[in-house]
Amino acid sequence: MTDAYIVGVDMIKFGRFPDRTVPQIGAQAALMALDDCGLTIHDMQALYSGNLGQASGMVGQRILQEIGQTGIPVVNVANACATGATAFREAWASVKAGLYDCVLAVGVEQMGKGLLGGSGGGTGIPKEGLLGSGTMPAVFAEAGMEHARKYGTTFEQFAKVSVKNHHHSTLNPKAMYQIETPLEEVMNAEMISYPNTKLMCSVNVDGSAAAVICSEAKAKELGLMKRAVKVRASVMASDPWQERDLVMPDVNSCTRRAAKEAYEMAGLGAQDINLIELHDCFATAEILHYENLGLCADGEAGRLIDEGEVALGGRIPVNVSGGLLSKGHPLGATGIANIYEVSTHLRGEAGQRQVEGARIGLTHVIGLGSACGIHILEKA
Amino acid sequence: MSTQPLPAVPFLKIPEDADPYLEGHRCDSCGATYLGERDVCSKCGARDQMSKVKLPNSGKLYSFSIVYRSFPGIEVPYVSAIVDLDDGTAIKGNLIGVEPDPAKIEFDMPVEVVFDDALGRKDREGNAYMAYFFQPKAG
Repeated sequence: MTDAYIVGVDMIKFGRFPDRTVPQIGAQAALMALDDCGLTIHDMQALYSGNLGQASGMVGQRILQEIGQTGIPVVNVANACATGATAFREAWASVKAGLYDCVLAVGVEQMGKGLLGGSGGGTGIPKEGLLGSGTMPAVFAEAGMEHARKYGTTFEQFAKVSVKNHHHSTLNPKAMYQIETPLEEVMNAEMISYPNTKLMCSVNVDGSAAAVICSEAKAKELGLMKRAVKVRASVMASDPWQERDLVMPDVNSCTRRAAKEAYEMAGLGAQDINLIELHDCFATAEILHYENLGLCADGEAGRLIDEGEVALGGRIPVNVSGGLLSKGHPLGATGIANIYEVSTHLRGEAGQRQVEGARIGLTHVIGLGSACGIHILEKA
Repeated sequence: MSTQPLPAVPFLKIPEDADPYLEGHRCDSCGATYLGERDVCSKCGARDQMSKVKLPNSGKLYSFSIVYRSFPGIEVPYVSAIVDLDDGTAIKGNLIGVEPDPAKIEFDMPVEVVFDDALGRKDREGNAYMAYFFQPKAG
């Protein structure tokens, strides 16, 4: 099988664009990714489009109406917060399988403000606040408190994740926010669902990101290897059965399963990774994933954040983009936006936030339900 | 309109001549227990091996969050709790009878399942509902 390379990749600056349509927002990133490698829509043999909010709305075809209706096949993908990563992976798989040698993946989302989740559906009466909470901040708080139960992780340690990621975002002009949030400010912010305060919840924003993927032969033929990024591993997993998973969505076991498989596929281990963009939808979640991705032994995640090992300049920088907490989390775009971030570091083009000497990076997303997507990327 | 309260969830059973209880379905093949009905076990894949079981009204607090922001009309704060019942079945609900303060809530604290009116919530037809809650065990 051929190796697959990212030859063009970009994202728009995340923000709120209520006056624009989902296809318009997606089209913008698609054109930016094409410009990044000097190709046009006429060079693309297929489009893989990820969007959650209009999952039945043929978003991919409507993006082509904005940038060129060439008649290529379009696959529309919805997979919760793993939507973008899933679209990217489908594009990757089509190249690996030899179906195509140059394809486009786009992730896009337009979000409202406010709480996601809840258990209000179905017949009868609303269950939210009657039989516990199904809101995302509460669900991820409960997952964090499970870690606290096992290892004594503190509110302060969870809050430090948010301090770190907000600091990182001050170096990223494409992040929604570029604002320092000191520890006291994070801990004293409005409590949403203990231990997650408002500053420990990801920001609902509009955004898009896109990538052009080529086979090795095509990338060489087009003279695009110089800035190409090799996809060393692309893995997805759903949640295997766990004893509490009916009442406590399990973000851990599917991440561990996908990570193990991704390291095997890439033929390397966590110690070989130079930077990571992981799914910090809530500050509590990031702590769990240090261990799930093998950055430290179980129970040591609190120490990692305390000692700055996961900050820019540390042993293994995590979410130098600002993460979902400050860069923002447009659900369908997130999985390609984090591929953009890691690729930018591997190309040595990340400016002030550049992870020096970065050669191999990992991206991780998780959609509740659950879907985990992991990619390991390497400078070609 | 029903004169008796309706169950807030299908796995809450309200017999006419006995106390309410929670009903699980247990796989005779591997022992996994589920809230609500199903035909196939998602742990082992066995088909048609499910038996109804009456779940215990006693358990321990596994994890929780104190919810301060919810949807409009929902009274906050409240404690959203994951409880492991004595037979190992995990269930989610509101923990009542305790201050919504992390210093007052202990992991593994023994709790009992109690049944009461569903916080006054009624459906469009005006039917009243019964829900389950967890409260710390006395002593």
